[in-house]
Amino acid sequence: MSLTALSISLIFVLIPFILSKTFNLGLEKDTIIAVVRSIIQLFVVGYVLKFVFESESIVYILLMVGVMIAAATQNARKKGAAIKGITWKIAVTLIFIEVLTQAILLGFQITPHTAQYIIPISGMVVGNGMVLAILFLNRFIAETAAHQDQTELILSLGGTPKQAIHRQLIAAIKASMIPTIESQKTIGLVQLPGMMSGQIIAGASPIQAVQFQLLVLFLLLTAAAVTSIMLGFLSYPTLFNKQMQLMRR
Amino acid sequence: MKSAIQFNDVYYRIDNLPILKQITGSFYEGEITTLVGPSGAGKTTLLKLCNRLLSPQSGDIYINGKDIRDWDPIELRRNVGMALQSAPMIDGSVEQNLALPLELQGKHLSEHQAKDLLKDVGLSAELLQRNSKELSGGQRQKVSIARTLVNRPQILLLDEITSSLDQVSQKEIEELIIKINRKFGVTIVWITHNLQQAVDVGTYTWVMMAGEIIEAGKSDLLRSPSNDRVKQFVKGEWG
Repeated sequence: MSLTALSISLIFVLIPFILSKTFNLGLEKDTIIAVVRSIIQLFVVGYVLKFVFESESIVYILLMVGVMIAAATQNARKKGAAIKGITWKIAVTLIFIEVLTQAILLGFQITPHTAQYIIPISGMVVGNGMVLAILFLNRFIAETAAHQDQTELILSLGGTPKQAIHRQLIAAIKASMIPTIESQKTIGLVQLPGMMSGQIIAGASPIQAVQFQLLVLFLLLTAAAVTSIMLGFLSYPTLFNKQMQLMRR
Repeated sequence: MKSAIQFNDVYYRIDNLPILKQITGSFYEGEITTLVGPSGAGKTTLLKLCNRLLSPQSGDIYINGKDIRDWDPIELRRNVGMALQSAPMIDGSVEQNLALPLELQGKHLSEHQAKDLLKDVGLSAELLQRNSKELSGGQRQKVSIARTLVNRPQILLLDEITSSLDQVSQKEIEELIIKINRKFGVTIVWITHNLQQAVDVGTYTWVMMAGEIIEAGKSDLLRSPSNDRVKQFVKGEWG
């Protein structure tokens, strides 16, 4: 795409801007900020990626993945502020799913050992892991607060902390995984996934694009299951003390 | 008389707010002790200290003569059962709720045992398969008590278990608790807002206010309290 063509595409920014002004939606400033930020951020990322792809240095690849994990952790931790040590719990979980998925992909030579594959796939895995972590933490904190009496009931009957929180933990894990599973059920019918659409637009054969998209979907299923379960099992012990008491928050 | 639960100078606070101040006294073995007092007096907190759902910042608690800190929390909680005010139920049938205490130990509750438990608390065996959400307030409390009895506790803590029940259900629960006390020799500590109930059911009564025991003794003390604050409280409750 030429820069002229890209400039003309700013019409798509003008339309919501004019609509906002006409109907007094008050979104003009936010629209401009969003557009300017996305132009700057994406171009910076584009040039950084170009540099990393050309250098083919493992250090830059690791650095890029590290930045992704750090940014995702920083974003997700706000939802779990009530859980002690949530930052490192999220970071460990995201590092684990990244290592696990890349080990399978590279170990079985499903994808080439190049930055061009490692970085975008890492972005999808870590990004999806971040969303899963946010969904899980939101639900888990709400479940533990809403069912505190059930937790105390099981403790009072001589249950362990794990038994006492089991139902809330399972509910939160399931709730966080449902969007990933449900969206995959209608994929291709309701919308074409972004990665697949991008590949097709860039000239790849639709079948090859589908193959890659399927790979990503399978990866994201693993990422979803591992993120929710791992974060759940890392988080619940911090709700209790050594005397098996539910800690006041 | 032998103490089932003994408190020595027990102090409990949340942040800087004292909830219980220098509590000293005993709940006697095999007896029913009722706890009365206005909301916020620290009664529920005191019960939660007895099965270590909470721990005091200072002071000592002895359960059957053994320092509470020396008890394994799980073993302690099986010996010191607690029925909560809201009678929380897990999702599922009455049978699943009754089976919960054994399930937590990896054991199984037979249908026969479950029916016996329902009979013990005066409920029909037909309720066994009913969804716990469909129970009335009284039935729910009785199932909650039956569930607590599965562990065969030596001490039973009851937190305002009749506060939301009608008079008939209240009477039924009172009779049930007296029966459990007599049949199984269980020590009972019962928080109630109903002073008549405290006198009718209790052998001993503690009157608590603002985290302190204001008066303690035979339950008849509520009929002629010596302390002015207790007199005022009793007058307000009984009119």
